[in-house]
Amino acid sequence: MSSRIIGIDLGTTNSLVAYVDEATGLPRVIPDADGRPLLPSVVAFTPDGIVVGEPARRQLARRPADTVYSVKRLMGRGFEDVKDEARYLPFRILAGEGLVRLAVGGREVTPPEVSAVVLKALKERAERHFGESVEKAVVTVPAYFNDAQRQATKDAGRIAGLDVVRIVNEPTAASLAYGLHRLSEGVVAVYDLGGGTFDVSILRVKDGVFEVLATNGDTHLGGDDFDRVLALWLLEDIAARHHTELDRDCVDLARDPEAMQELRLAAEAAKIRLSSEERTTLTLPFAGFTYRREMTRADLERLVEPLVRRTLGPCRRALADAGLSAADIDEVVLVGGSTRVPLVRRRVQELFGKTPHSQLNPDEVVALGAAVQAHILAGGITNMLLLDVTPLSLGIESLGGIVNVLIPRNTTIPTSAREMFTTSADGQTLVDLHVLQGERELAKDCRSLGRFELRIDPMPAGMPKIEVTFLIDANGILQVQAKEQRSDKAASIEVKPTYGLNEAEVGRMIEDSFTYAEADVETRMLIEARNEADTVLVHAGRALKQGAHLVDVAERAAIETAVAALRAARSGDDRDRIHEATTAVNRATEHLAEVLMDAALKGALGSRRATEILGER
Amino acid sequence: MFGLPRKLAVDSAELQRRFYALAREHHPDFHQAAPAEERARIEATSALVNAAYRTLRDPIARVEYLVRLEEGRETKEGDIDKPKAPPALLQEMFEIQEALAEARSEAAKGALDETTRATLAEQRESLRARLKDEETRLAGPLSARWDSAAPAERPAILAAFKEALATRAYLRTVIADLTETLGGDTEEFGRAIEGRHGSAEAPRTRGGMGGHIGAPHQ
Repeated sequence: MSSRIIGIDLGTTNSLVAYVDEATGLPRVIPDADGRPLLPSVVAFTPDGIVVGEPARRQLARRPADTVYSVKRLMGRGFEDVKDEARYLPFRILAGEGLVRLAVGGREVTPPEVSAVVLKALKERAERHFGESVEKAVVTVPAYFNDAQRQATKDAGRIAGLDVVRIVNEPTAASLAYGLHRLSEGVVAVYDLGGGTFDVSILRVKDGVFEVLATNGDTHLGGDDFDRVLALWLLEDIAARHHTELDRDCVDLARDPEAMQELRLAAEAAKIRLSSEERTTLTLPFAGFTYRREMTRADLERLVEPLVRRTLGPCRRALADAGLSAADIDEVVLVGGSTRVPLVRRRVQELFGKTPHSQLNPDEVVALGAAVQAHILAGGITNMLLLDVTPLSLGIESLGGIVNVLIPRNTTIPTSAREMFTTSADGQTLVDLHVLQGERELAKDCRSLGRFELRIDPMPAGMPKIEVTFLIDANGILQVQAKEQRSDKAASIEVKPTYGLNEAEVGRMIEDSFTYAEADVETRMLIEARNEADTVLVHAGRALKQGAHLVDVAERAAIETAVAALRAARSGDDRDRIHEATTAVNRATEHLAEVLMDAALKGALGSRRATEILGER
Repeated sequence: MFGLPRKLAVDSAELQRRFYALAREHHPDFHQAAPAEERARIEATSALVNAAYRTLRDPIARVEYLVRLEEGRETKEGDIDKPKAPPALLQEMFEIQEALAEARSEAAKGALDETTRATLAEQRESLRARLKDEETRLAGPLSARWDSAAPAERPAILAAFKEALATRAYLRTVIADLTETLGGDTEEFGRAIEGRHGSAEAPRTRGGMGGHIGAPHQ
């Protein structure tokens, strides 16, 4: 069936693909060959080819400069927008006009190209599952994404060979997933805190219609920020406690991308543990010393409290826009991995005065909803209808740099607006329309979406009557039409996106995506084997350094021999040999690992994270 | 479109029910397989249905739309007769704006002093109350009078509508300006935004429009 449409949640941290099972009528996530539902949204540009997902995530700390993560935060943005957070990203972001460009693996790529690699992997996953090609997808975006960010997502789909038939807002998708069985009629608030973005949507569910009343959010607020404040706090603590070692070795951790990446990953892991435990111990091995500290949930909450509080303003604004108060909300739905943080749950519950829903896995619910919307579009569901809104006001710059709003925020889409314009100079043949999105009064404070140049016949000033029509389609994407009414001629429009790709660029990227193909299965497995070897080598090196005195000479020699053999194997192309040598090192270090684990347990009572020194086995 | 009587008093539950039915009938979601031309037509119809509902569900927007209908205008902008607020109100607003300009230049030097701040906040509260009264009057008794008026009485009511709308626009602009000067917390910021964008007819925004855009090119 060529009309099959899949649902994709293209997330900041993880991505998923889902479909509606015809037999049960329920949406299901498609797992990978190993049964894992989540595909880490991480792409590594290696000399052997492009690697995506789990193998790419595993080499984050080892190849920080060529491994791209959280690229969603860069979609549809310019260098100026992201330069502050670029300081914390280990890969290079090039300064320049227009949309962000990254320098990774010896080439330049744009965020849509990186996202396309993730989409392609999900497309292939679905194709393996169905045993046939898949060409159409519904892809979700944060509700608060602007036009450029939506367009960038659509471009990513095209580069990946997917026709994105619909862009759906994540909180609305989540409500569709819940709506199937779990929501009664009434007013629902969806609180969606993901890895990099925050959204809140207020919906009315009635007669199978999901009508979004208002939406608000912050496209730069999420779990990544929690990790960052925690990592920076750890960095300070390490500097305070281990300055002797750091000074001695002349190490500046903040300038060491590998160390910072390790720190970020350790912070993320500790944050996750503190969602279910009251206290945890962090153990981070560095060259020359091991950092160990206990931290409590209260420590974490003190650090992230300001971030959590930042989500409450958008919630109140969404309520105000919907003309409702917190007491009018019948149900609250939690979406996104970051809503597992107990503090987030508490604050949401306090604000709305309701115990939030979280029966569906917050990581999967958006993908499930995307699958439901895909099924609606394919004609499989006819009793449900989603009426979404445009999150931000849309207007045109007029004289004096003031924004003339044509479509206010929270207008139900599709929607259109018309406005008449004329010229200010005699014989003017070119009219420049500057399209803006945002809630500020002045054009310079709003988001520039693009410039539309209209070519008209020359006439005296004030004579032309140019009718400009804005149409926002069901994807929330703007189309502009213009017509000069006196001559009844459609003005020709040239679109210059401020932070987007033009047709030619998208075309070139589609070609590039074949040139720089993802590493083939053989190469991919070789890369995985090498990655695994690298990890084991790092851990063995550390274990030897820290525990050499704890084992006898013969054992030490055996380990060193195994390590040397693995180094030799790793430089070759024989995957099986690398595997065998890796297993040999693992076996040779088994006893040393136990001894070290004992020492670690004695050194810091209650540490469950000695495995962090030794690696998961 | 909704098959309801052309009156300013609208049964909102009935309006919503009919809107959902029409939205279903014309939504692009249910016409994915149609040819491109047909889909474009459906999208336009869907946009029209949504716009109609947006206008009709809000009592003030209903009045604004009625005024436009009666004047034969298609878009919000472009009317020749600018709405006239009562001269007394204009005078009063002018004075507040002046005080505000003074407060602003003072604020540019340093922080607003507490007394000025308190006065401005008090003024804002009283203006908000007046705005609410004006909106209640517009949506309530004035709208009811229109619905029951004989054709001969209508021009007078229409003039009253326009005056009330103009008053409302001025009040909103000044409230928004006050809020901007006062700064305030995020909640206030949200309200300020609301004030601005709802007020397409506000005098300040109006000044910027009038359709002359773009520098001369040749």
